[in-house]
Amino acid sequence: MPECWTVRVDRDACLGSGICAGTAPEHFRLEDGRSRPVEERVPPDDRVVDAADLCPAEAITVSDAAGRRLAP
Amino acid sequence: MDVRSYPFGPAYRLEIDPRYFWLQDNEPLARVKLPYGDEAWLLTRYDDNRLALGDPRFSLAEAAVRDTPRLQPERVGAILTDQDPPEHTRLRRLVAKAFTVRRVAALQERAAQIAGELVDRMVAAGPPVDLVDSFAVPLPGLMVCELVGVPYEDRDGFQDWVGAFMTVTALTVQERYAQIGKLAAYIAGLAARRRVSPTDDLLGALVLASEEGDRLTEDEVVQLTLVLLAAGYESTASQLTNFTYALLTHPDQLALLRDRPGLMPGAVEELMRWTPLLVYADTLPRYTLAEVEFSGGTVPAGEPVLLAKHAANRDPRRYPDPDRLDLTRDAQGQLGFGHGPHHCVGAPLARMDLQIGLGTLLDRFPDLRLAVPEDEIEWKSGMAVRGPVALPLAW
Repeated sequence: MPECWTVRVDRDACLGSGICAGTAPEHFRLEDGRSRPVEERVPPDDRVVDAADLCPAEAITVSDAAGRRLAP
Repeated sequence: MDVRSYPFGPAYRLEIDPRYFWLQDNEPLARVKLPYGDEAWLLTRYDDNRLALGDPRFSLAEAAVRDTPRLQPERVGAILTDQDPPEHTRLRRLVAKAFTVRRVAALQERAAQIAGELVDRMVAAGPPVDLVDSFAVPLPGLMVCELVGVPYEDRDGFQDWVGAFMTVTALTVQERYAQIGKLAAYIAGLAARRRVSPTDDLLGALVLASEEGDRLTEDEVVQLTLVLLAAGYESTASQLTNFTYALLTHPDQLALLRDRPGLMPGAVEELMRWTPLLVYADTLPRYTLAEVEFSGGTVPAGEPVLLAKHAANRDPRRYPDPDRLDLTRDAQGQLGFGHGPHHCVGAPLARMDLQIGLGTLLDRFPDLRLAVPEDEIEWKSGMAVRGPVALPLAW
């Protein structure tokens, strides 16, 4: 079974800067001014790690299939 | 459609030219011509500005190679702002690691300490004191030294060099470039030291990234640091002064904030929304990569859009009663730091400087007031940022 990463956005921490949706629109969408992952389970993709590193509020977390945190 | 000459006229204090609001209502997609470069579309509505800032159909990399609308004959390029994702993402990602809320929060104690020391000196000097020279410029300057990792003994010289980035200086163009050259050489020296002995500061993080094979060249490390300094120094200093002026000229809001200091984070967001920092629209026009539909019509591919963020922040469609400074308002989504991939990378640091700066002033000076009548305050007359040249205060 292919490995899946988990992407979460803490909507309380999210500042609505739009950096994630602007840089990785296939993974993040702004809803009511705050970010939401398009899918919470994704195949491994550098772009979600990038987005988590880019988030000025550290509102995005990415974990691997074993639950270990990959980013930020 | 008429082509209007832009800018419309000089900026006056913190007021916004009513023509922006006429356009916001009647011509949300307006045609303008700046002194140099292509004709452009001026966007004044909040939704349109947010779209242009966040949507991948808008390009800064394209603007770097076109006859971009501008105020000066020369176009000055810069790292980060000449790029789109994914090239931009690569650099931005490395810088963003240093500018997270968490790293900035670790500097909070130092910020409070520095603010306190600056106020001690103001108290010792006795009123009247110029806020700009004694507080609003040094606080962000010293905090940037903390963040970058400038040794204590070098901080005075460092701040002088960074001062060359300020728009109001007595320096000639040559002197300015000479100062920037010295600063670049100094930063390169600090970076070199960190290759040998890594440190946990911004420069250390940037150097480390280049060591881990993420391809940040030595030159990129220096250029990134320079861009961060240029972008974050005068802007924060001006806003600290502008916000103090706004509070002192809105006594009901000042009283509210004194009464409820817990309002400070939201108050700073509202002040960011309400206060126009830039003299005109955003200095970085975007070029469309595809046709885009806006409130007022469709813009074809390959054309520049100018973003009047200050007017967008006062759009009643987004913020009811927008011209009212209301520190209890939820100003979330305000465009003062931008939006999208190029959202101000230093925003967490700026927010902290502003919150702690204002908080310290209000706390230490219970009777803070302007030392001169409002109309005696001299305002900057350059074409970049707004703010008082000096703000004499008494207490």
